Amino acid sequence: MSEIQKPYPVISKNNCKACLRCVSACKKDCLKLSDEINDNGYQYAEYLGEGCTGCGDCYYTCPEPLAIEVHIPKRNKNL
Amino acid sequence: MSDNKNTERVIKKPESLYDSFPRKGNDIYNTHYCAGCGHGILHKLIGEVMDELEIQDRCVMISPVGCSVFGYYYFNCGNVQTAHGRAPAVATGISRAEDNAIVMSYQGDGDLASIGLNETLQAANRGEKIAVFFVNNTVYGMTGGQMAPTTLVGEKTVTCQNGRDPNYAGYPLHMCELLDNLEAPVFIERVSLANPISIRKAKIAVKKALTIQKEGKGYSFIEVLSPCPTNIRRDVEGVEDFLVNEMAKEFPVKRFRDLSKERDPVERNVSDFSTETLDKIFGVDRSLEISEGSEDFDDFKVKIVGFGGQGVLSTGLTLAEAACSEGKEVSWYPSYGPEQRGGTSNCSVTIAGKTIGSPVVEECDVLIAMNKPSLEKYSIDVCENGIILYDSRAGDYNADNLDVKDGVKIIPIPARDIATEIGNARAMNTAILGALMELGKDSPILSSDAFRNGIKHTFAAKPKLIDINIEVLEAGAKWLRENI
Repeated sequence: MSEIQKPYPVISKNNCKACLRCVSACKKDCLKLSDEINDNGYQYAEYLGEGCTGCGDCYYTCPEPLAIEVHIPKRNKNL
Repeated sequence: MSDNKNTERVIKKPESLYDSFPRKGNDIYNTHYCAGCGHGILHKLIGEVMDELEIQDRCVMISPVGCSVFGYYYFNCGNVQTAHGRAPAVATGISRAEDNAIVMSYQGDGDLASIGLNETLQAANRGEKIAVFFVNNTVYGMTGGQMAPTTLVGEKTVTCQNGRDPNYAGYPLHMCELLDNLEAPVFIERVSLANPISIRKAKIAVKKALTIQKEGKGYSFIEVLSPCPTNIRRDVEGVEDFLVNEMAKEFPVKRFRDLSKERDPVERNVSDFSTETLDKIFGVDRSLEISEGSEDFDDFKVKIVGFGGQGVLSTGLTLAEAACSEGKEVSWYPSYGPEQRGGTSNCSVTIAGKTIGSPVVEECDVLIAMNKPSLEKYSIDVCENGIILYDSRAGDYNADNLDVKDGVKIIPIPARDIATEIGNARAMNTAILGALMELGKDSPILSSDAFRNGIKHTFAAKPKLIDINIEVLEAGAKWLRENI
């Protein structure tokens, strides 16, 4: 692996109800509401693409069990 | 994700919540909760703790009435949904019947603090082995945002549109503080879902509560201050502000009690529901053959009426047992007031050759009346050419001074005298049964042996009374033979 892996959230757009809790919770302000709407007619939370520290705050404030995952790379000492 | 299993950690939906939530409609990957609702957050915390403590296969979740009524859509464990406010009672039953179960009751403020307040306090006071998650959002959410016991003073809801007025509607109910007065609870904490920090603290409390259940130590109670953006009508910042600056002022977020180190696991007697034990308790003899009645005779209906305490119901039972012992179809149908002694009491017994449709007896063949008011009230229910047997102390009655149909035979029996002579005045109702036995001696319905068997059955728990009652039975029959 050439570049260092960074944490990132995966947001399932059709499971978002636009409550904005994750956007408001994110200390790094790296989430925003989309301009598009999802299948249910909600704007949905989107990751801006950088800034995620893998703190998991967005996951824990999200009321929808299936809407957000946070992927955090493990540190590999041999890398 | 699986590709990267060894190189990354993923924070995601716990295993103890289902992968989808099938129900009416196609939207099965989203919860049924409103946007921004606290229930989903708490569901995830509970699911995560179930995973971490590896207790999923021991868990039973009790859903209430309220928004979280469909808890069983989400929690992948045992689920029961109960009547409004009754979750602690049902949880008690499950916890006591299944000692190894980790029982959680999930209730809102309307459910727990209003209609279910008594159950909640009693279950806490008994120190039941249950974890209660009390979701407090200050309103009745499901029904449209009415005032709840926990609505803040001055808070507007659809049923207090100028704000809750304590002079009219009282003050918000503090459940943690209330329960903290009790001796039994092991753990009581109030947490909040206001922001990421408080949510993480809430998870610690959930884990504590479920660890106490895993160790079987007793009652734990967690009050969760939870957002209801729909009914408090605020946006995401407004909701956090409400939780932190209004709710938490009235309901301080803190740990009230943690006795998990001091308390030992609760040991309860093991319930024995084996067939053998139940048969013994109910006196079931499985060697007896059960056959459907096929004899052909008209249903024979008896009404026994009197005051409570006169043996009205037990007389009926004796007759029913008598018929049972001869393999007849039989029903015994009691009706009585709330009084242990002195209220009116009656029962109807139907003896039949074929299956009985209804145990209700409107018109009877025989009326046994133990006192005057009952005799006068029920005499008209005896069919034409039927028989009335009554305690002669009620007075002299005949077709002229009693409301009866044509041809009814009215027989006063000095039942008390007969029974007293044998040595037990309380057996007087058996004397009347003796008279009935004598009257029916030529009918194919019941033999004299059947009556004796009925008495043996009825007094099985008090064997000393069997012989004397059989004597009184014979004496009653003898009296009828000699006097009528």
